[in-house]
Amino acid sequence: MIEIIGLEKSFNGQKVLSGINLRIEHGEIMAIIGRSGGGKSVLLKNIIGILKPDKGSIIIDGVDITKLRGREMDKTRQKLGVLFQGGALFDSMTAYENVAFPLKEKMKVSKKTLQEKVSKALEDVGLKGMEDKYPSEMSGGMRKRVALARTLITEPQIVLFDEPTTGLDPILLQSTHKLIRCTHETYGFTGIVISHEIPEIFDISDKVAFLYKGVIEEIGTPDEIRKSSNPMVRQFLTGSSEGPVELLCEKETRR
Amino acid sequence: MIKLLRILGGRALSLFKKMGHMLMFLLNSIYYICVPPFKFRLLLKQIRFFGNKSMIVILLTGSFTGMVMALQIYHTLSKFGSEALLGPAVALSLIRELGPVLSALMVTGRAGSALTAEIGIMRISEQIDALVSMALNPMRYLIVPNIVAAIIVFPLLAAIFDVIGIYGGYVIAVKLLGLSEGTYFSQIDTFVEWKDVRIGLYKSISFGVIVSWISCYKGYFTEETGFGAEGVSRATTDAVVMSSVLILIWDYFLGSVLL
Repeated sequence: MIEIIGLEKSFNGQKVLSGINLRIEHGEIMAIIGRSGGGKSVLLKNIIGILKPDKGSIIIDGVDITKLRGREMDKTRQKLGVLFQGGALFDSMTAYENVAFPLKEKMKVSKKTLQEKVSKALEDVGLKGMEDKYPSEMSGGMRKRVALARTLITEPQIVLFDEPTTGLDPILLQSTHKLIRCTHETYGFTGIVISHEIPEIFDISDKVAFLYKGVIEEIGTPDEIRKSSNPMVRQFLTGSSEGPVELLCEKETRR
Repeated sequence: MIKLLRILGGRALSLFKKMGHMLMFLLNSIYYICVPPFKFRLLLKQIRFFGNKSMIVILLTGSFTGMVMALQIYHTLSKFGSEALLGPAVALSLIRELGPVLSALMVTGRAGSALTAEIGIMRISEQIDALVSMALNPMRYLIVPNIVAAIIVFPLLAAIFDVIGIYGGYVIAVKLLGLSEGTYFSQIDTFVEWKDVRIGLYKSISFGVIVSWISCYKGYFTEETGFGAEGVSRATTDAVVMSSVLILIWDYFLGSVLL
């Protein structure tokens, strides 16, 4: 279980997270939706421990990770799998090497098992035969799928997806969502998915949280969010430029 | 006046903070150099990276430095009738001073800049964050292999620079200026001592630490110099300038201590 209590984070005096409270039950997939530049990725980086919050706690399986350092934090990170927004593939490695990397470094599996697992993972994301391609030779969508295979190969207990389907065509989007759902059913991980794919994201999430101006404005099941009377949520779901949600200004887009 | 003092004080504090941060980065790297697991394959890769990137430029600069020195020193020595000492003059200058310094400057320009850019790009494209999220220590994977590789490669490159330089001087002294081959080499044998070789070795090892430390630091904290590609480009320039300046300053201090 992940519990986030009163999480605050500022950059150069500008508050990005202003008191996030969120509870994600074991085995649940929580989608976080909200405007671009609204602090979703910052929230994720706080959960991974790459950023340290100014205030508040993040409790993973009973341990407040904001107080952990070094090896103790690494122990918690062993449970995590993260799919970064841009994929974050190692550009000096091929697709095969990228997917094999966490398994090789963390799990010490035999060469045969490694080959089987990596080939299967790449096949699952529709990239069979692309093992020898370098990230620079792949499209954005392909890179994202290799990154997804790398994230899921270690079968982590908690998976954080930062916009897993941005840049994919509708068919790949559906198949990636299906893959996330299938892997979730198989391994039962707890997931946090940051996404702008509305309404598609509702199909794979158990709960949806709407993040606006550094706070969770609304939280509920996909159906509850769909039927929400909150004008901000309504505006976000319909994508209307008219409403209480402020349009992006230049200062905020630089975040 | 108080405002000026405040600004100066603020700048001094920020400078000390930055220096402390850099020092902590180095100490952290030394800690991970000493603590297993060691990444030998990555170390071999980085040894190849430094050597491969810099070999041609070392051969070129080494030979021409030796040639220029032979030419210039010959004219000076001939005024005192001491042409016979040309060999040791070239060899001592190269082994004690120019070999380690110039080879380090060349590697800074070739491999040091590439290293900063590579680590900087890994930073901005979240590859370092990906390593952290996998519970793998970026210091162990990115920094330690580079520092150890530089400690191994710099003395080797300086030695190659010295040998090529001495032979470059030989070509000019013997083939062009008519000095006898025996005089050139036998005098080197007489005047160059192990102590001189040791001084050159200590210098190139310390230059290896300086270049790899600064290059890795600047790449690793590339966002301190700016954002995105511009940040990486600035970090690369900073790394080359800072490494070069530190090489020359450290060379003076080490030279005066070891003399």
